[in-house]
Amino acid sequence: MVQFTDVFKSYENGTKALRGISFTINDGEFVFLVGPSGSGKTTIIKLLTGEIAPTEGTVMVNNYDLGHIRFSKMPYMRRTLGVVFQDYRLIEDKTVYENVAFAMRVIGASGKEIRRRVPYVLELVGLDTRTRRKPQELSGGEQQRVAIARALVNNPRLIIADEPTGNLDPARSLEIMMLLQKINELGTTVLVVTHEKELVESFSKRVIAIDAGKIISDGMDGYYRYER
Amino acid sequence: MRGNRFTYYIREGVSSIFNHGFMSFASVCIIVACLLIMGSFTLLALNVDNIIDTMESQNEIMAFVNETFSEEEARAIEPEIERIDNVDYAVFVTRDTAWEDFVETYENSTTFEGLDSSVTRDRFVVYLKDISLMEETRDALTYVPGIDYVRASTQISQGFVRIRNIVTLASIGLVAVLFIISLFIMSNTIKLTTFERRDEIAIMKMVGATSTFIRWPFVVQGLILGLIGALVSFTLEWGLYQVLIQQLISGSGISFLTVIPFYRVSIPLLIAYCAVGLGVGVIGSMLAIKNYLKV
Repeated sequence: MVQFTDVFKSYENGTKALRGISFTINDGEFVFLVGPSGSGKTTIIKLLTGEIAPTEGTVMVNNYDLGHIRFSKMPYMRRTLGVVFQDYRLIEDKTVYENVAFAMRVIGASGKEIRRRVPYVLELVGLDTRTRRKPQELSGGEQQRVAIARALVNNPRLIIADEPTGNLDPARSLEIMMLLQKINELGTTVLVVTHEKELVESFSKRVIAIDAGKIISDGMDGYYRYER
Repeated sequence: MRGNRFTYYIREGVSSIFNHGFMSFASVCIIVACLLIMGSFTLLALNVDNIIDTMESQNEIMAFVNETFSEEEARAIEPEIERIDNVDYAVFVTRDTAWEDFVETYENSTTFEGLDSSVTRDRFVVYLKDISLMEETRDALTYVPGIDYVRASTQISQGFVRIRNIVTLASIGLVAVLFIISLFIMSNTIKLTTFERRDEIAIMKMVGATSTFIRWPFVVQGLILGLIGALVSFTLEWGLYQVLIQQLISGSGISFLTVIPFYRVSIPLLIAYCAVGLGVGVIGSMLAIKNYLKV
């Protein structure tokens, strides 16, 4: 579960990125976070992943209070998250299988666990026939599937997708969104940050719209109200 | 799981060495150069110390007994002399023995014909524990009842002490400077590796790898490079010491100086080399990775 309570965030240069944001995302929800550039979306993601701490207010993620979390506990909080980026961030000299297995290996999973879990996740994202390929041999959509598989492999409670379709054509974008929806249906909470209006409208999901560091709408018709 | 991790650290550390072969080679070379200079100065300091020790043991104070004292009375002074703090031991030499020794040194001379031991005095040859306290000891000896006159080469002893201090200070200074240089080079080598792998490190942080898990492969890399540097430099130092130093001494006619054989210092030197090599490797890698682990 994610809970923002009256969160303010100011940077050292004086920029006030968030001005008293409060929202809750319950376990199992699928939520879109929309807003123009500079609205505070990236700050929310950084707060969720523990890269920055709030200036004021409380950020709770999967029972961790990120304003007061000890540095040594941060890795364990991050293991409850899966993060997907617009630019995929895959390791170029590793194969598809190795990229996904890497995420398990670095948190100390055994070889046996890796051999059991990685093929399952690759099959889930439809890449079970591409396991030996390197990222540069794959299309953008396939690379994003690898990134999703990597985010999913440690069985996180929340997947955060930051503009996951930003580099893809409409057809591939829809495929990725369908995949995220499928993952959500399997029980994982999904938060998607996006600009793509058509994509948001084609899924009847909760939309949180923010602008200038404030929430301007939150609900099933969120994007409509944001546009208006 | 522990064994699995250990294997991972070793594999990653070793593969990183080969993936950045040139920089690894450069690091080892720098460590070897620094350790060779450090080792050479340490050996020089040890040898100087050894030579000074030998000379110190031969450096003595002569305490001459009042000429009116009989031999028995003179011998009775010995416990008083040995009670002085810095006196290791004292040897009594009768005036007859002293005279014979003196005449013997001028075996074929007729200069001393007609003279006898009455021109000399009974004396004590006093050996010291610490040559740097020669002056104080000489002064203390002059206050011993029955001792008339004390002769001590304080200037020579001060010279020995000064040489030893200079060599020791120079060695310590040089070792410290070279240690810092090695640390800097090693840290920069591993920094290059970490820079090349910054995306990988960011992914590791993102998926929840602990700082320890991220740090260890780099520490292993530094550790291996440091150890290789230490072993190579020890072997080279061994060869250099045997061939150059000993050849130089025997060739230059100063072979009367006692040089410490390498086998006597090899174990402590090897331990010191490994400690410095490993220390440079581990501390260097820790410094290099530090900034990447802050997030």
